[in-house]
Amino acid sequence: MSNNTNIDVGYVAQLARLDLDEPTRNRLQHDLEAIIGYIDQLNELDVGGIEPTAHAVPLSNVWREDVAGASFERSTMLQNAPAVIDDELIKVPKVLPGEEM
Amino acid sequence: MAEYEVVIGLEVHVQIKTRSKMFCSCANVFGAEPNTMVCPVCMGYPGVMPTPNHEAIRKTIMAGLMCDCDIPSYSKFDRKSYFYPDMPKNYQISQYDLPLCLRGRIHISGKGFSGEELPDKYIGLTRIHLEEDVAKLNHLGRTSGVDFNRAGVPLMECVSEPDMRSADEAYAYLTALKQIMQYGGISDCDMEKGQMRCDVNISLRPFGQKEFGTKIELKNLNSFRAVHRAVNYEIARQSELLDAGEKLRQETRGWNDDRGETYLMRTKEQAHDYRYFPEPDLMPITLDLKRVDEYRRQLPELPEAMRRRFVADYGLTPYDAQVLTMEKALAEYYDCGAKLTKSPKTLANWIISDLLCELSASGQTISACPVTPEHLAAMIDMIDAGAINNRIAKTVFAEMASSGKPPRQIVAEKGLAQVSDEGAVIPLVEQAIAANAPQVQQYREGNEKVVQYFVGQVMKLSRGKANPQLVIKLLKERLDG
Repeated sequence: MSNNTNIDVGYVAQLARLDLDEPTRNRLQHDLEAIIGYIDQLNELDVGGIEPTAHAVPLSNVWREDVAGASFERSTMLQNAPAVIDDELIKVPKVLPGEEM
Repeated sequence: MAEYEVVIGLEVHVQIKTRSKMFCSCANVFGAEPNTMVCPVCMGYPGVMPTPNHEAIRKTIMAGLMCDCDIPSYSKFDRKSYFYPDMPKNYQISQYDLPLCLRGRIHISGKGFSGEELPDKYIGLTRIHLEEDVAKLNHLGRTSGVDFNRAGVPLMECVSEPDMRSADEAYAYLTALKQIMQYGGISDCDMEKGQMRCDVNISLRPFGQKEFGTKIELKNLNSFRAVHRAVNYEIARQSELLDAGEKLRQETRGWNDDRGETYLMRTKEQAHDYRYFPEPDLMPITLDLKRVDEYRRQLPELPEAMRRRFVADYGLTPYDAQVLTMEKALAEYYDCGAKLTKSPKTLANWIISDLLCELSASGQTISACPVTPEHLAAMIDMIDAGAINNRIAKTVFAEMASSGKPPRQIVAEKGLAQVSDEGAVIPLVEQAIAANAPQVQQYREGNEKVVQYFVGQVMKLSRGKANPQLVIKLLKERLDG
């Protein structure tokens, strides 16, 4: 088990709008520290002189041409929505205007 | 009140005009029935794979080139984490440290929105990056409704340097940016359709101070005018607080256009922490010089270049050129007509004084205007050739605007051709002289201005159609004789 404290589950939960009770928070803190500790083994590698890469696969410019195709049926796409308004909008709890991008 | 220097930077989101969305092939259209232009990709279903739209990448680079940006040879997409119902996959695909365009600039000059002269200067552009738009939220009382038609529409974010020093400069920068986007066919920039959206960063500092003051972010600005008003409101509000010795805190404020004031939305403590990381589902973009040059060759003529050409080739004043290049469609309209007529300056005058009035009165756009540039140019050549006079031209113009008919047809149908036949005008001249003995007396006593009175009488008798030069010649022959 590592002593890694680089994660504050309470803060991450707040960013993710998750309300965690204390036992859950403690459990997740413990688990995530273990996960990060495992990944931290990578820090033991000497990567000096290796070009940083944004992607593991040596490919670039994978794109499609700008052609519009058919969309899905609305009724199909809304099947998984927890609630809908007038069968056309997905109903969500009221959110404060201005929090969006 | 102490005097402070205002420092303004703008973040402008511009939707790119494409046929399909950024990462899926749903149509990019505005105004469709809610949630009909959607698929698992743009609705953020788990496990879907995005595929970038080449045209959106090309147009972003074109926009960057038009703003004098550097186009780095290597660019990539990142995930921007945030939790809000307009983006159910809980991240937006955006670009963090390696955007498509870097270090550009936009020129501003001329008369500002408030009427004062602007400094002639460049506003730096930090970067332009490409991302996906998010869903539209409709706030309905106790709940909100989500429409995903907008989700996944290609969106550019243009970030300026903090180079603006007044509301007028911010307004001019936005106008110039919009013009460039429209000229380049990058976006229609219709703010009412959300195709262009603007956030303002504003701070005040005492003149001479090097460090920036506390930054306030303004959101919810739905027009350039709202930006102008909100900036001036904030200058007054922040000056007052600073004068009172208060310390400002970093915060985000909204703009209430009806009340004409800003309001607190969130403080720095509630600020976002986006936790960017590279998007593993998308490959990076590499651009060699050859490809960038190919894009460069596709660049259209920009408004500034067009203004210079209109002044040099068509003999317009800088003001005429400024008005005619406000919108690309108008500039193209003029350019098309100017190539057809021998009097391009006269054409400019008709467009600026008559056509623009007509459009604003009827609420039409130039592209929907019934008066084509071909017809207007033909009418001007008819004036030049003496086929109609300026007065009749006004009637012909009004008829063109309502019926869309060509001027020759209108003149023929309504019998509006100018009468330059002496045989037809002489009886009218003689009738006017016979009916106005006192004015004849005045003329002969040396009051030459009375000629204009007679011209008016003859024009009335001819129902506006007599050739005015011919009328004057015939009148003088008879009055002097």
